[in-house]
Amino acid sequence: MEKDFEIIDHTADVVIIAYGTSLSQTFANAAKALFNLITELDNVEEVLHRDIELVAPDQESLLVAWLNELIYLFDTENVIFKRFEITKLNNTQLKARSYGEKVDSSKHKLKTGVKAATYHMLRIDKDNGYKAQVLFDI
Amino acid sequence: MPAPWKEVLKKIDDYRWEIPRSYKTGMSVPGLIFASESMLNHIWEEQVFQQVANVAFLPGIVGHSLAMPDIHWGYGFPIGGVAATRVKDGVISPGGVGFDINCGVRLLRTNLTEEEVRPKIEQLVAALFINVPSGLGSEGKIRVSEKELEKVLTKGSRWALEKGYGEAEDITATEESGCLKGADPDKVSSKAKKRGIPQLGTLGSGNHFLEVEVVDEIYDWDAATVMGINDVGQVLLLIHTGSRGFGHEVCTDYVRLLGEAVKRYGISLPDRQLACAPVQSPEGQDYLAAMSCAANYAWTNRQCIAHWVRESFIRVFGKSLRELGMEQVYDVCHNIAKIEEYTIDGKKHALCVHRKGATRAFPAAHPDIPDIYKNIGQPVLIPGDMGRCSYIALGTELAMKESFGSTCHGAGRVQSRSAAKRSLRGADVAKALAAKGITVKTGSIGSLAEEASEAYKDVSEVVEITDKAGISHKVARAIPIGVIKG
Repeated sequence: MEKDFEIIDHTADVVIIAYGTSLSQTFANAAKALFNLITELDNVEEVLHRDIELVAPDQESLLVAWLNELIYLFDTENVIFKRFEITKLNNTQLKARSYGEKVDSSKHKLKTGVKAATYHMLRIDKDNGYKAQVLFDI
Repeated sequence: MPAPWKEVLKKIDDYRWEIPRSYKTGMSVPGLIFASESMLNHIWEEQVFQQVANVAFLPGIVGHSLAMPDIHWGYGFPIGGVAATRVKDGVISPGGVGFDINCGVRLLRTNLTEEEVRPKIEQLVAALFINVPSGLGSEGKIRVSEKELEKVLTKGSRWALEKGYGEAEDITATEESGCLKGADPDKVSSKAKKRGIPQLGTLGSGNHFLEVEVVDEIYDWDAATVMGINDVGQVLLLIHTGSRGFGHEVCTDYVRLLGEAVKRYGISLPDRQLACAPVQSPEGQDYLAAMSCAANYAWTNRQCIAHWVRESFIRVFGKSLRELGMEQVYDVCHNIAKIEEYTIDGKKHALCVHRKGATRAFPAAHPDIPDIYKNIGQPVLIPGDMGRCSYIALGTELAMKESFGSTCHGAGRVQSRSAAKRSLRGADVAKALAAKGITVKTGSIGSLAEEASEAYKDVSEVVEITDKAGISHKVARAIPIGVIKG
């Protein structure tokens, strides 16, 4: 895989395309793209982790739920995540551990507020590896 | 080559363009775009027609799927979209309200003139910046328990008033008197409450702002006088914010829940983000109850912010509130769904009016507007981008007939945030604004470029169209001299 993700502009929102050789890697890269919108990840250290367990009716909904859970954690705990270990993933269930640290305004410059991941233009394709597209309201 | 939209749109007049039902199989009603011909090329390029057409699929939609002239590409619904569905057998869609539930605008007047404020503008902007928490990740000065938050959610602006934020007259000068009935905190997730608690009383980031502005043109002197706008050169203050993370979470929760309801009710939709449920179903009623909580949170938020704005003016100018004459002109919401009554083909119908980036525009004598405005109509507040101007208008009788009592809400983006950032630097934008006599303070210089004039449609063109089309009536224009950007 040449790149983990791409970010594509839209007028009032932003679309990310995450790549991966496996679905787990694609979900992890989508999360990385999300936090990359929020801040530069180079300065973020792995000092804490949070565990997430989710169920959803299908794979696409699971992806949206995963990203929205991370937005929720950022919003309520001020945590920026940079690495994601997806330990269980099928069409309806996800288990993951995410690593990062709390926002420290002396070293983290926050770029964009992300309101939510949406279902608009949402798709997961499997060809040579996986490709997932998500639109965020920002 | 003729413009590609010419083959699709039916011109009704210079400001009205219809998207016929034949455009997309499944549309229950045609679409109607309020726009000038020159705006249509951009609207076409953005593929917003598709989104207007998709909204026309919603079960129970009546009239047209409407688009205001500030329309731009959204997710599911376009921004600047209005859709009315029958309460009896139609649906309600959280996507038709958006994530920032009751994002809206509040306008305060003052007795101050530009000459009095200019010499102290730096000081004033600095005081506002300190007193009103803003920016990404900012926390409010108000500390509420979950129990207290539930009172905010059911009482709205009145909660703030009881806690000493603001004046009794603010409540009457607020849409719905700052409180949507039927708000039920039990229909709100604990996650939404957790997001809402620390953010109460914060401006937020993105396109939210505080603006010190000066009246520079008055088009309808009689109506302006009723609103307390007496002359050119008078200083006003505009607040633009919404329900913060609380509203985002309510929308997130209910798009998910109603996405499942869609299957149960056998509703077929062209876009999952249009997730909906019958207005009268338990799911639809639950969303309405939760949305009303978010609307009330937003009104409380603007009520608290207005109080700190007044405190800042009192401190900087050393005058009392009465001397300053800082009364509230009005407060409108532009992301909301409301149950309202309309006459269609001579029969009265209860409709669920979704306004996503559109402002209510009720005419004179409408029972839902405050007594002081009974003779002129409901004030409509239309902010532009920070480098241009904003407008004060009034609702009209024609809006009741043609646009479910709605008009535009702002300028509407034409450039994405990152495109704006690529072509402009925040520091240059600040310099350009300073050259125009506008003092800006922001926690994030990068966000200045995102919100630069170049990224927006010219609000004057947008307002001109709604005025000429007759769905709102222009009263006055104001230009910014000081801006706080989140």
